[in-house]
Amino acid sequence: MAGLSNLTLHETADRLARGECTSEDLVRDLVAAIEQRDGKVGAYVWVNVEDALARAREADAARLGGDRRPLLGIPLAVKDVLNVKDQPCACGSRILKGYVSPYDATAIARLREQGAVFLGRTNMDEFAMGSTTENSALGVTRNPWDLARVPGGSSGGSAAAVAAGEALAALGTDTGGSVRQPASFCGCVGLKPSYGRVSRFGLTAYASSLDQIGPMTRDVRDAAMLLQAMAGRDPRDSSSVEIPVPDYSASLRNDLNGMKLGLPREYFIAGTDPEVERAVRAAVEQCRALGAEFVEISLPHTPYAIATYYVVATAEASANLARFDGVRYGARVEGEDPIDMYGKTRAAGFGREVKRRIILGTYVLSSGYYDAYYLRAQKVRTLIRGDFEKAFAGCDAILTPVVPTPAYRIGEKADDPLQMYLGDIFTVTANLAGICGLSVPCGFAGAGLPVGLQILGPAFKEENILRVGYAYEQSTEWHLRKPNLES
Amino acid sequence: MKYLPTIGLEIHVQLKTRSKIFCGCPNEPGGEPNTHVCPVCLGYPGTLPNVNGEAIRLTVLTGLMIGCRINPYSKFDRKNYFYPDMPKNYQISQYDKPLCLGGSVEIEVEGRKKAVGITRIHLEEDVGKSMHFGSSSGVDFNRAGAPLMEIVTEPDIETPEEAQAFLLALRQILLYGGVSDCNLEQGNLRCDVNCSVRPEGQSELGTKIEIKNMNTFKGVFHALKHELPRQEEVLRSGGAIRQETRRWDDEKGVTEAMRSKEYAHDYRYFPEPDLMPVVLPPETVEQWRATLPELPAKRRDRLVTEYGLPDYDAGVLVADKAVADFFEETARASGNPKAASNWVMTDVLRCLGEKQTELKDAKLTSVSLAGLIRLVDQKVINVPTARELFSELFEKGGDPTELVKTKGLAQVSDTGALEAYADEAIAENPGPVADYRAGKKPALQFLVGQIMKKSRGKANPRMVQELLQRKLGGA
Repeated sequence: MAGLSNLTLHETADRLARGECTSEDLVRDLVAAIEQRDGKVGAYVWVNVEDALARAREADAARLGGDRRPLLGIPLAVKDVLNVKDQPCACGSRILKGYVSPYDATAIARLREQGAVFLGRTNMDEFAMGSTTENSALGVTRNPWDLARVPGGSSGGSAAAVAAGEALAALGTDTGGSVRQPASFCGCVGLKPSYGRVSRFGLTAYASSLDQIGPMTRDVRDAAMLLQAMAGRDPRDSSSVEIPVPDYSASLRNDLNGMKLGLPREYFIAGTDPEVERAVRAAVEQCRALGAEFVEISLPHTPYAIATYYVVATAEASANLARFDGVRYGARVEGEDPIDMYGKTRAAGFGREVKRRIILGTYVLSSGYYDAYYLRAQKVRTLIRGDFEKAFAGCDAILTPVVPTPAYRIGEKADDPLQMYLGDIFTVTANLAGICGLSVPCGFAGAGLPVGLQILGPAFKEENILRVGYAYEQSTEWHLRKPNLES
Repeated sequence: MKYLPTIGLEIHVQLKTRSKIFCGCPNEPGGEPNTHVCPVCLGYPGTLPNVNGEAIRLTVLTGLMIGCRINPYSKFDRKNYFYPDMPKNYQISQYDKPLCLGGSVEIEVEGRKKAVGITRIHLEEDVGKSMHFGSSSGVDFNRAGAPLMEIVTEPDIETPEEAQAFLLALRQILLYGGVSDCNLEQGNLRCDVNCSVRPEGQSELGTKIEIKNMNTFKGVFHALKHELPRQEEVLRSGGAIRQETRRWDDEKGVTEAMRSKEYAHDYRYFPEPDLMPVVLPPETVEQWRATLPELPAKRRDRLVTEYGLPDYDAGVLVADKAVADFFEETARASGNPKAASNWVMTDVLRCLGEKQTELKDAKLTSVSLAGLIRLVDQKVINVPTARELFSELFEKGGDPTELVKTKGLAQVSDTGALEAYADEAIAENPGPVADYRAGKKPALQFLVGQIMKKSRGKANPRMVQELLQRKLGGA
């Protein structure tokens, strides 16, 4: 039953409900698409064919028995950083070779309760550190819109799978833009929930105070649907918050009447690709036409965001990644004594970017440097959060570009980490402030490379950004375009 | 020249909680290796800690017992270092905002009372245990994530005797609060000692030596008895103390250098992002304060006034909370506190000592001991019979009244029966009878003994004595 692999989740759910296809058909179609295209794209690192088919058949039987769970039998792709019981979880690293998860992440468990099937694991920058997926030890992922370009990162495999029709939807994680940026590069929808909205239990930590799990989908309704299933307090994650989860689909409307949107002058700056800026400006006009009112706002501490992010994130990472030592799981290189074994295991197991960030993080926490770096970064972080609090006192959401440029060529920035870090300028602030952000397709630049519009909302106001994203998306056709992978 | 020692202690206490500090695994160190473990306490990728409220309550309770200020806002931090027994290669601990600050513990050494200041009490997770087998090593993570409370003293301790007295006093308080089992063999209490010496007259403290990880109070005492003179000797001979960590070798009776502090770890503490700060509203602290047990010092005073016990007796009884509880229950149930105190201080403590057991494991209950006391008070049995019965109650348990019945141990107070025994005894022992009548008073005891024998121990000795005196004349 060809064509199923390009449907959205809600269309798929409708077809399943009407009996027009089965879950088994879906899995078979997706597996066929993966077989046909993933050799070029490289989105997946592991596909769960037999088990996914078995679960799909179970779901089909349950549906016949009257089971109406919204995600029953719907296959999803999962970033290789999230623990799914009995599946590998290598985090794009050699050091977790052979590790099989003994448990489900809470987000996974909640999706499983809704009937979802976990089709396979997508490629990523090692331990989510990177913006191109080039830092994976498990292979290269290419942008389905231009195979010479990166899909973005770190959730590059998830974005590429959705864009290439190899997944209906996928899960990513976003620490400094890792859902929104690849969504922008690959022309799909990416949602980073507010910090504390989705449990991090089972998300292999990069930077604990910044990480969030987010959906990567073909449209905004699908993002709302997945967020609905995952959101809410989890007693196993102390940072998850006891704030009621609204019905997100209820916020999806076709107009923006009464919505006040902010345009931060610090996000429309020299250095942004003119075609990106043109696309975003056009999206602003479209939102105005849909009834939104615009205000110019200022987020004055934006220039310090990148430095702040790379201090906080690497500090936390240096501790979070200490557990990969070869003692209890994963790869081990034997040594003379435990310390020698650690050194050899970690030297062989981690890639360059991970080592760079561990060293950076270790440095900023070191005695004598802590106050100058880590403590100061935390203070600036408070100022950045304050910027957004002030801004949101006067608007319901903020519109910005997601990334200053379209997708990079493979290898283009691999030797220039600083340039690469600067590409995160528009996305890291949402993580530092703990607010929510959405990337939706808003046009194409150059030779047909997707451009994303970022919609930022106040903490725990995902309904605001979903509403803006939905109304905008439904009034345009950018999200309906597909890359041509046949040639 | 005289040298003055300065000693401070860091005591790690394993808290008595049902589950570990950050996961639901049972808090039962020991058992088959790696059976009380889960992805969280093994530090698996993606797992997160979730703090056990009971561990916080027990730490605060300890703080309240020793007069600490309870921090209304405290937090957890990561202490970073690599070691195979530590699953995450960082330990979740508390750095600059511990749960409790200040406080003191009173000690008494050679009649001199003194308060040892407490700097802070914080909460952290325990690590696993490395095990070495010939050519390979293993780690048992059953203990990893056990809740550990660290109590840090001020450098107020001046002698090994004071250090030991402090540890005993602290242990007593912890047992009173039900905070820890304080079982030294099982490592429930582990102690690091910081000590230095300085010449008398010098105000600046000497260079500090840390002696790590001792789990007996005797070890602390002996280590200090060895280490302080060693430091003095180094200084006397013109040498200098190098700041270092030493290990106490119990068998050799010496301390040995472990590692020099010059290579001290930089632990790179930073706030634990996975845990929210611990905010303790005053109401919660007050609620907990209301549940505080009566502490040993106060209890001793009360035993003196309430039960009329001598100071010394009260001191012996309160030394162990279980013993003091047992005494009070027995005193109340028997209505005879003096007898209860005598039984507990002599027979109960002796049997516990002989059997190397604790009250909670003994068959003897306060109800049965009180029953025994009442039987004596009501003259149903005499004291020697009661002693015999006690041994049985201690070992096998049971109801003393029932035992007296089934064994026919009731004392003979029937004057007819006693008179018959007395007449027999007088007839059979003319010698002692003549002696007594000639004024040799001790001869009477011999005759009493004969009657006791005839009654197989059941005669009421006082009645026998009166009877004999009456029959033989004289007082």
